[in-house]
Amino acid sequence: MTNELLNELTFFVLAVFVGIEVISKVPTMLHTPLMSGTNAIHGIILVGALFIAAGANSPVTVILGFLAVVLATTNVVGGFVVTDRMLEMFKGRQAAAKTPEAEKTK
Amino acid sequence: MTIAYALAYLLAAILFILGLRQLSSPRTARNGNYTAGAGMVIALGATVPQLHFTGAGAIIVLVGVLVGASVGTIGARQVKMTAIPQMVALFNGAGGGAAALVAVSELLTFGSHPPINEALPSVFSIVIGSVSFAGSLVAFAKLQELMTGTPITYPGQQLVNGLIAAAIIGFVIAVLAIASIPFSFLSLMVLALILGVAFVLPIGGADMPVVISLLNAFTGLAVAASGFTLNNFALIVAGTLVGASGSLLTKLMSDAMGRSLRNVLFGAFGQVRTTAGAAAGKQGRSVRTSSIEDLATLLAYSRRVIIVPGYGLAVAQAQHAVRELADLLEKKGVEVDYAIHPVAGRMPGHMNVLLAEANVPYEQLKEMDEINDEFKDADVVLVVGANDVVNPAARTSPGSPIFGMPILNADEAKNIVFLKRSMRPGFAGIDNDLLYDPKTIMLFGDAKDSLTKLVNAVKAA
Repeated sequence: MTNELLNELTFFVLAVFVGIEVISKVPTMLHTPLMSGTNAIHGIILVGALFIAAGANSPVTVILGFLAVVLATTNVVGGFVVTDRMLEMFKGRQAAAKTPEAEKTK
Repeated sequence: MTIAYALAYLLAAILFILGLRQLSSPRTARNGNYTAGAGMVIALGATVPQLHFTGAGAIIVLVGVLVGASVGTIGARQVKMTAIPQMVALFNGAGGGAAALVAVSELLTFGSHPPINEALPSVFSIVIGSVSFAGSLVAFAKLQELMTGTPITYPGQQLVNGLIAAAIIGFVIAVLAIASIPFSFLSLMVLALILGVAFVLPIGGADMPVVISLLNAFTGLAVAASGFTLNNFALIVAGTLVGASGSLLTKLMSDAMGRSLRNVLFGAFGQVRTTAGAAAGKQGRSVRTSSIEDLATLLAYSRRVIIVPGYGLAVAQAQHAVRELADLLEKKGVEVDYAIHPVAGRMPGHMNVLLAEANVPYEQLKEMDEINDEFKDADVVLVVGANDVVNPAARTSPGSPIFGMPILNADEAKNIVFLKRSMRPGFAGIDNDLLYDPKTIMLFGDAKDSLTKLVNAVKAA
């Protein structure tokens, strides 16, 4: 087993524990935004997509790379924007009183 | 220089962890999303200088990012708040698909006999990413009502799914042990896509949120696996964080629905529901209705009113009207709270988002455990477009498909008012005895319409 693989496995195992620990106290009301927020974070696959797309040198890799970049960017941008849209509406009593009433009505 | 990139990835990982922590508390949640976003910008910023562009590569990266960013922004901005769950499903599917494509590209570069520590995470990423992609699309279609939300089952389904899974394992072994050739890993991808569809088909629309959360965790793991293939620290840590926290969140969600995850995924819910539908034919019983004015008087002279909002409220876009009524009652000295069932709306937390959209302060939104003991002191419970979450059958009849689900104790209040379109049963398709209770008053009609009338009548009362 190489050193690098050993390091990677260490990161992996530690990240499992951190991931569980860090959200263990989440209230039900935040389940949906939290799911959406974690959804945005796995958009980091864009990093991988960029590596393969940048070096694309055949028709097949061009197509694969292009699709991967489109999908990953959609994930990352859409994920963060939609989470923010949900969370901008979570306001406390004072903040809610200040906001003009029907601004979000559609 | 590589140390600088590694440090940047480390910083990104720290920001992801802090962001997740902030996302777990209402006061800091919005900043948490920004924190995680900053981590993402740093990780991407550290990636760009490491890229060696070919001519075609530069073009597809530029166009690809522009297309993806436009689709993502427009989708996220245009989506109605009621349709949030299926939008998250789509974005999740996109991530899963990207992970699978990255893994395919990597396998293409390795040649036919890649080292196992590169090939194993690649095939894992292909399988899990493809399942997540296809499964998310089906979840989207079910919630968007492009296809039926009821479970789709057929004889021998478990066997067929088992055979697909077995074929996938066969091709995994073929890629790892015999030869990593495009035929093998593309077959793997196609089979995993089929499995993703087959896996979600038998699950009902009401359970989709749990499925989306699970597929979200899957995508996280697929991304982590891609990190092993690419030897990229940021992908491993971020993907694993999502995989782990997403798995826990999936469990928390199914707990909130009073169900085990196993029951949701392979569950009897669908089968029990059909028998319950047949038993629900007790139509002869009478219900009590009342005039708007009488109801308004009842509300205006109560000491304490608890509002139970459900998905019907969201569909009628009545969240602003209900807040107007609550504000009006508070001005008259009535104590008003909202009782939020964990699965009110379409998924846990969905109703909070919808009411927050109408500027209801989150302090007024009480979770079930917090408010359940207070129903007996309430003069009126106003149930707006909800049904299953106040159905006493969950407590009393062991044969009911929702038996065991925690419910709001609305039946303990002195008066219960249902704003409902009709006597039709709720999402779970079961009859609700509470509708026939002598303490219950029915007000039929569109929730928004009824609430507006009530507001006017309370003003006059």
